[in-house]
Amino acid sequence: MTEATGSTTKRSDLPRQAGRDPVISVRDLKVRYGERTVLDGVSLDIYQGETMVILGGSGSGKTTLLRHMEGLERPAEGSVTVKGVDLGTASRTTLTALRRSMGVSFQSAAMFNSMTVGDNVALPLLEHSTLAESTIRVMVRIKLQQVGLTHVEDLYPTQLSGGMRKRASLARALALDPEILFFDEPSAGLDPVIAAGLDDLILHLKSAFSITIVVVTHELTSAFLIADRMCMIYEGKILAVGTVDEIRSNPDPRVQQFIRREADQPSEASSRYIVGA
Amino acid sequence: MTLLESVGRFSIRQAEYIGRLAIQFWYCLRFSVRASPFQGRGLRWQRTLRQMGDIGVRSLPVLCLVSGATGMIMALQAGAELRRFGAMEAIVTMVGTTMTRELGPLMAAIVVIGRSGSAISAEVATMAVTEELDALRAMALDPIDFVLVPKYLAMLVMLPCLTVMSVFSGILAGGVFAYFTLDLTLLAYLSRTAEILLMRDIVSGLVKAVIFGSIIVHVSCLEGFTVSGGPVGVGHSTTSAVVKSIFLVVLADLLCTTFFYFFWR
Ligand SMILES: Nc1ncnc2c1ncn2[C@@H]1O[C@H](COP(=O)(O)OP(=O)(O)OP(=O)(O)O)[C@@H](O)[C@H]1O
Ligand SMILES: [Mg+2]
Repeated sequence: MTEATGSTTKRSDLPRQAGRDPVISVRDLKVRYGERTVLDGVSLDIYQGETMVILGGSGSGKTTLLRHMEGLERPAEGSVTVKGVDLGTASRTTLTALRRSMGVSFQSAAMFNSMTVGDNVALPLLEHSTLAESTIRVMVRIKLQQVGLTHVEDLYPTQLSGGMRKRASLARALALDPEILFFDEPSAGLDPVIAAGLDDLILHLKSAFSITIVVVTHELTSAFLIADRMCMIYEGKILAVGTVDEIRSNPDPRVQQFIRREADQPSEASSRYIVGA
Repeated sequence: MTLLESVGRFSIRQAEYIGRLAIQFWYCLRFSVRASPFQGRGLRWQRTLRQMGDIGVRSLPVLCLVSGATGMIMALQAGAELRRFGAMEAIVTMVGTTMTRELGPLMAAIVVIGRSGSAISAEVATMAVTEELDALRAMALDPIDFVLVPKYLAMLVMLPCLTVMSVFSGILAGGVFAYFTLDLTLLAYLSRTAEILLMRDIVSGLVKAVIFGSIIVHVSCLEGFTVSGGPVGVGHSTTSAVVKSIFLVVLADLLCTTFFYFFWR
């Protein structure tokens, strides 16, 4: 590996979570699909109010890890505990109750295609709150505005662009003012201005409501901006966990390769590209 | 050894399937209780009403045609034999009881499998493939509660209704035949039929309708929930929902008929 191009930006030390119980605690999680081991003994703690960014190459198992923390998959080996509930043994009803405090935005947006965008965002509120319908409509408009969408309530998800769908699904995840938010690549496919707006939204959420946020992202600039701590997954294992500065100065060459965006086994061409950058 | 092995594997798969159906049915019953129109916002009730339109009203024309044709076929076939014995009068009994006990519910079920069973499994499977079911679960809505229960309640109401219509059109078609061959007016034919039919016939027809409806919704939804292999899987799950529903409906019909034959004469 070549010399470090580490930026000199110093972040003021964020409040460390020492002494607190983790909200989400993953222990020795192993996930296999057939012959293939996707996660191979992952352990990770996420504390109340922090923003954890999960980094890792495509297909490294980030979405899989997230789905286990959301309780959408039961851990076959190892354990996942969220707010003290063991997701491996929790009953269907317990899981459902737990999920009321979670907001999830999927990598594929996963909007309900048979409902309008407005109804999509309204659904959790209609189902889980006792608010009046007119209040809910106002809240839907506010949530959509937060992600930079206006006048889309009456459109169907298929009538939106990919990026708009993605943002609408963020609005839906925010609808119930959750305690824990899961974002799977929130800014993938968004233009830089909107992506920056999304970063601001996440920063606002965490400063104003001290929500626990778990974000999977490939956007390194955004990752370094919003994260309190980050972890990097590589070949089904957690390679590094730590604060932004700890990750930046992590000696592992694979971590450095990732955060400096170098291609595999730098060839003539790619090293020239890096020097030029 | 390999034969034993494959038989064993087959049995395990079937047992697993039945187990899954049973679990799904159990959760469905638990959630159904909450779907009363007086609880919460009545959203579940609205969804149920919409499903009733889908399942019931739109199947009616084709069902009447199918059952009418079936009634007519039966009258023709029976007539061809009964003519030789000079016992044409027996047609009224035959058409009336067979339609009410057997063919009315069966034809209704077959038509509903073709129209709604396939649509249900395609809809649910698509929702599974596009992660919509995961999205539901993630917002603390159980897919069984949100997707299956409205369809199930709608089916429980609509299939017996459709069965009544099916029976009626079958009997009516028999009446048309009787009018031309027996010189029996339609009114006389209908009142004869009403005399012949026992409570037992009507109840057994409706009991079958309820059982068939449960089978159709649960099998179709289970195929949808357990879809695998992306969009291609949606097609597979639709096909197997139809095939399994037809098989299980006929099997249940056999069991019911046997039961009524021995235990309620
Ligand atoms: N249901 C499944 N069946 C079989 N294999 C799966 C399944 N889900 C995920 N995988 C495999 O697990 C691996 C990790 O998938 P995952 O979606 O977690 O990756 P990811 O890190 O989110 O990638 P990306 O950044 O591209 O979204 C992949 O190699 C994928 O092929
Ligand atoms: Mg992913």
